[in-house]
Amino acid sequence: MEKEWFTISVYSENNVGLLNRISGIFLKRHINIESLNVSKSEIEGVSKFTIVVFTTPEWTRKIVGQIEKQIEVIKAFYHTDEETIYQESALFKIASDLLFDERQIQNIIKESNSQIVTVSRDFFVLAKSGRKEEIDEMHDLLEPYGIMQFVRSGRIAVSKTEMPISSILNGYYDYSK
Amino acid sequence: METLKKEETKTNKQTPIKISGAEAIIHCLLAEGANLVYGYPGGAIMPIYDELYKFQDKLTHILTRHEQGATHAAQGYARVTGDVGVAMATSGPGATNLVTGLADAQIDSTPMVCITGQVTRHLLGSDAFQETDIIGISTPVTKWNYQITRAEEIPEIMAKAFYIARSGRPGPVLVDITKNAQFEELDFFYEPCKKVRSYNPVPKPNKKAIEAAAELINSAKKPYIVFGQGVILGKAEEQLKSVVEKAGIPAAWTILGLSAMDTDHPLNVGMVGMHGNYGPNLLTNECDVLIAIGMRFDDRVTGDLDTYAKQAKVIHFDIDPAEIDKNVKTDVAVLGNARETLDLLLPLLNENRHEAWHNEFKKKYEIEFDAVIKNDIHPTKEGLTMGEVMEEINIASENKAVIVSDVGQHQMFACRYAKFKQTKSNITSGGLGTMGFALPAAIGAKMGAMDREVVAIIGDGGYQMTIQELGTIFQNKTPVKIVVLNNDHLGMVRQWQELFFDSRYASTVMVNPDFVKIAEGYHIKSTRVKERKDLKAAVEEMMASKDAFFLEVCVEKEDNVFPMIPSGASVSDVRLK
Ligand SMILES: Cc1ncc(C[n+]2csc(CCOP(=O)(O)OP(=O)(O)O)c2C)c(N)n1
Repeated sequence: MEKEWFTISVYSENNVGLLNRISGIFLKRHINIESLNVSKSEIEGVSKFTIVVFTTPEWTRKIVGQIEKQIEVIKAFYHTDEETIYQESALFKIASDLLFDERQIQNIIKESNSQIVTVSRDFFVLAKSGRKEEIDEMHDLLEPYGIMQFVRSGRIAVSKTEMPISSILNGYYDYSK
Repeated sequence: METLKKEETKTNKQTPIKISGAEAIIHCLLAEGANLVYGYPGGAIMPIYDELYKFQDKLTHILTRHEQGATHAAQGYARVTGDVGVAMATSGPGATNLVTGLADAQIDSTPMVCITGQVTRHLLGSDAFQETDIIGISTPVTKWNYQITRAEEIPEIMAKAFYIARSGRPGPVLVDITKNAQFEELDFFYEPCKKVRSYNPVPKPNKKAIEAAAELINSAKKPYIVFGQGVILGKAEEQLKSVVEKAGIPAAWTILGLSAMDTDHPLNVGMVGMHGNYGPNLLTNECDVLIAIGMRFDDRVTGDLDTYAKQAKVIHFDIDPAEIDKNVKTDVAVLGNARETLDLLLPLLNENRHEAWHNEFKKKYEIEFDAVIKNDIHPTKEGLTMGEVMEEINIASENKAVIVSDVGQHQMFACRYAKFKQTKSNITSGGLGTMGFALPAAIGAKMGAMDREVVAIIGDGGYQMTIQELGTIFQNKTPVKIVVLNNDHLGMVRQWQELFFDSRYASTVMVNPDFVKIAEGYHIKSTRVKERKDLKAAVEEMMASKDAFFLEVCVEKEDNVFPMIPSGASVSDVRLK
């Protein structure tokens, strides 16, 4: 089976040890976590892990089964890129003189739809949200001028279809489906 | 104990009482019906041991000789009773010594709660004396674990621990308690846990799936059941029997499914797997509908997956959704507790006999009997065989004993030849294959079933991994029967070396001590058998003994276990020699 990108969304109780349990499942199967994001979710008191992997559908299904089995996990879903709306963000720290000396940099900022978050005497910071490729592209454009620091976040994603967490928590969910 | 349990809970219900965390632990255990725990003390758990001392009339603590022994004893207790086994240990080395037992319980779905002491809260993370990250270490080998750092967390977490350990697919839970939480006081109030909102232990049976399963079974010409421990854990033994009898389906067991069905039942065709029976393995690739009940298609059962039951439609009954399609692709998955799902299946099944199909199992049995079984249990050669010892134990115990086996050749002989009339009677380390399991597990099994004979079958290698538990047997006068089948080798590994490594016996020859003298050192009655003529009387003497008894049988040194599916080969390639 062909490898693909999958976004795994894990809804869970907020628990310190859970990340360890979940990462252990990937470790056992030698599957690399390409990106990981943990945040609160749409439901109060429920956390959401967004995990990106590049592997086969079959491995993804098995891993999601193992994740769901963990006591604190309410439900885990997996989706292909087409089935999700997703974004990543990145920060670029760049020397301030470039902003004034290099005309091209201003064009890059404009065309990439990024924002200047802060400007100080020594450096300025650009924030860019978008798909990984867009961020990579911007990185490549800026690189020749010198990037003082760069960081990209994990993917965040919402699915096009429903993830019925409330009905699970309220006991209305039919697991046999 | 029953009345005590009620009393305790009642007083707690009325008004919360102010007690220490350590005392709260005892009340939690009593409220959960755990009045027998195994363990080993040390600095970080001393407050709890101090309470154990005060409560010794209500709660028995068995001091094992190693923490690993405590876990296996708790497992033996859990496996024979179906209740949660409890083990405790101190922090650091005490806690790490639990890891093998946790891993064993995790892979064999055994309900167990382990309690470990931990350094005091403000020292956590400072590399304090005997501090170890047992939560991190035990995460992959527990169903759930939790570190308590405040006394007020104790009742809720302990209730949750027991609930999680015993519900759904059971498993081990570890609760780590910092020393300050044992000393601190709390307003104690106990309420058993009935639900954890993120945890769905037993999926609701789906009617459509059950109907689809019934339809497949009813139209099958060669249906075949393979059942595992899920039948025992789900208390579905009667349901299994009814299904098998009504639909006339030959049924085979995995090593952990053994004893769920009377071994003498005419439709019980034997064991599947690497050293399982000939017919059950071979005919897996001839059945048209394979019905797996409470088993997980372990690689020791399936051999090569690409050539496993490819011709068959597969129906998989399991409580754990993660097992479905994990190893073998199923056509119909029936989720739920086997007791419930089989109950729903039964009325939908047509009565059937499948005589011709069943005869194929009989024919294969005859082939296996002539090639293997006959020589195993009625040998004509001079040396004693493990099979004949098992046969003598069957006779002397009238198939009523609990058999606890260790890991190796003797385990395969025990599981192939022991006969059972009663469920929960075969206790062995199946998934992890833990040498050293049997002696401590037999202690727990005996304490869980005082009215039954418990016979441990152990190799000379595995025996020496937990031999110190003879001290536990001696101190507690636990009347277990210990049989060491001594071949002066790590037999199973030697067999593989003979077959697959040109007989290069790398580190599998054992120079053994005088086992009888060692048993005598612990004041355990003992005897050694070297010749066939003495075997029967010795086994009878052992079974008749009211006290613990040690029997060493010096068996043939280089015997092999057959049939055998070489590692990674197909079930069709099962070898008789
Ligand atoms: C703790 C542990 N270490 C190593 C092994 C690998 N192993 C499996 S069977 C076996 C030999 C067992 O020898 P013995 O206890 O004498 O039993 P026999 O096979 O001779 O009946 C070994 C070393 C194991 N299963 N468990």
